[in-house]
Amino acid sequence: MLRRRSDSRRRVGLGTVQSPLRLRASAILAVAALAVLLLPVPGSRQLPSYRTVRVDAEAYAYTPAVVEVAYGDTVEIELVSNDVVHGIYIEGYDLSVSADPGQTARLRFVADRGGSFRFYCSVSCGPLHPFMSGRLKVGGGGLFWRAAGIVLIGAAALFLVRWR
Amino acid sequence: MRRLDLARPVMVKRLLRSRWPQLLATLAALSGFTFAIAAGLFGTPVGNRNFAVVFIWIAWWAVLVLVLVPILGRGWCSVCPIPAPGEWLQRGAILGPDRRGLGFDRRWPRRLRNIWLQNAGFLLLALFAVVVLTHPTVTAVLLLVILLLATGVSLLFERRAFCRYLCPVGGFIGLYSQLAPVELRVRDSSVCASHREKTCYTGNNDGYGCPWQVFPAGLVKNINCGLCMECVRTCPYDNIALNLRAPGSDLLEARGRRLDEAYKAFIMLGAAIVYSAVMLGPWSVLKTAAYSVGSQAWAAYAAGFMAFVLGALPGFFFLAVHFGCRLAGCARPRKAFTSLSYSLVPLGLAAWVAFSVSFALANGSYIWPLLSDPLGWGWDLVGLRGASWSPYLTGLVGPIQAVVLIGGFAWSGVSAKRIARQLVAADAAGESGDRLALPVVLFGLLITLILLALFVA
Repeated sequence: MLRRRSDSRRRVGLGTVQSPLRLRASAILAVAALAVLLLPVPGSRQLPSYRTVRVDAEAYAYTPAVVEVAYGDTVEIELVSNDVVHGIYIEGYDLSVSADPGQTARLRFVADRGGSFRFYCSVSCGPLHPFMSGRLKVGGGGLFWRAAGIVLIGAAALFLVRWR
Repeated sequence: MRRLDLARPVMVKRLLRSRWPQLLATLAALSGFTFAIAAGLFGTPVGNRNFAVVFIWIAWWAVLVLVLVPILGRGWCSVCPIPAPGEWLQRGAILGPDRRGLGFDRRWPRRLRNIWLQNAGFLLLALFAVVVLTHPTVTAVLLLVILLLATGVSLLFERRAFCRYLCPVGGFIGLYSQLAPVELRVRDSSVCASHREKTCYTGNNDGYGCPWQVFPAGLVKNINCGLCMECVRTCPYDNIALNLRAPGSDLLEARGRRLDEAYKAFIMLGAAIVYSAVMLGPWSVLKTAAYSVGSQAWAAYAAGFMAFVLGALPGFFFLAVHFGCRLAGCARPRKAFTSLSYSLVPLGLAAWVAFSVSFALANGSYIWPLLSDPLGWGWDLVGLRGASWSPYLTGLVGPIQAVVLIGGFAWSGVSAKRIARQLVAADAAGESGDRLALPVVLFGLLITLILLALFVA
């Protein structure tokens, strides 16, 4: 058993928050959690526009590897393959296109689903093909911020809410 | 804590005592692994068109990490084909204990009775993972080497020394089996204490002594129980229970916490973070470095991997525990470090589940054409050769990963608080325990945010 310091049970601190305060803390954390889940995240209210993005595919990599667009944008991806046949498949949107070497293929869609989506090569292009991927971020990556917010609130709840 | 004994009904008891279901499952798995070796050696070198890569690293891995380990703990170990040939030779029998087997039956060296070798083996494989995962031949050679090693160890040493001390996969299955809602325990330990023959350990006409070298009455965690059911067969007093319990009960068991297992938690958590960055991230420089074995880039990747997993991760965790100890006034930060490391086990499993969900759903459809053409030779056995690659549930991958990671963090946080409360004096458990747990929870929070950034940012 480890040695401990003596602590006053009456002091308000970690693990000893008094009941009314605990109740208040629980209510505040619950409201915060609802706000994190329901409120729009920053960057998700930009005006939609038409975006053309050139994506180069070469040696198991996309350039740029991260494509950021606003929610509601009409996006045209110009996929340019610089070595072998490559494709692009966008998770969440379930869209794909492939480009022959030296050629450009176009994929047009409306970014009407917010969040961060992986895109990866849809044509077997060599040993590292399963790992050839990038990211499409639509409207500021709401899922990450919401999940991070819930984790922070959960951490606070661990120490502020009555817990056995 | 309440438990439901699943082995009480006569039908279940008969099923557990019978060797046939286990043998049939093992034979099926052995057939699959043997065919994977053959496919890897003689089939197409294209990974996603070869049975070896798709069967082992997509199908088997997904079932293991997403289903078997979280639900059954070491359930896979009870039917694993890798040690089977060696065990059959060692016993001189495939079923009952009625013949004298081959082998020298030597005891495993006392100094190596820990999982440090398993930790080292896993790390060694982890450094070559990108090559192993993408090249059928390398996968086949690896399987063959492990199969031969397991057979050799079974012939030289007693019981399942390979599974207990060497298997690189067994180490992490054991670690995460602590979270499973199933456990094998004795019903009444006083019965075992008065049983002079201890047939569960020594064996009798009905079964073998525990292959995992565990005395069931001393079992307090799932880590070293392979769920082989030999003790169910050899106990003359029907004193072995297969309990349904609260998941993760083992984490709160203060007995038997060890540094080698604590390090396993860091290795697995660290490997999940690195793999997620390398295999799922958009950074081609990382992928190329991890793939170019022998190059300077790979050496830098390997050094970084080791430094992160063995140095930075446990180092920062130790600082967190040390700080917590100062806040709580505990005197033995090293013991607290080992004990609190177990709180990272749920977060580690969550990280692996989140990683594997993405990998399995994105690549799972490679399985269908392989049913028609497992070697990539142009066959079309069941008319599925033309089945196209089509990722599953892609709109749900991110939300699933986020929910799993949030759950893993919450479970780790609660476990940290409970373990911390054990570490301080019982009468001051509330406040001092929480003070000790606070930096540990913040460490888990940071890791969770990193994982969320890798998966869904």
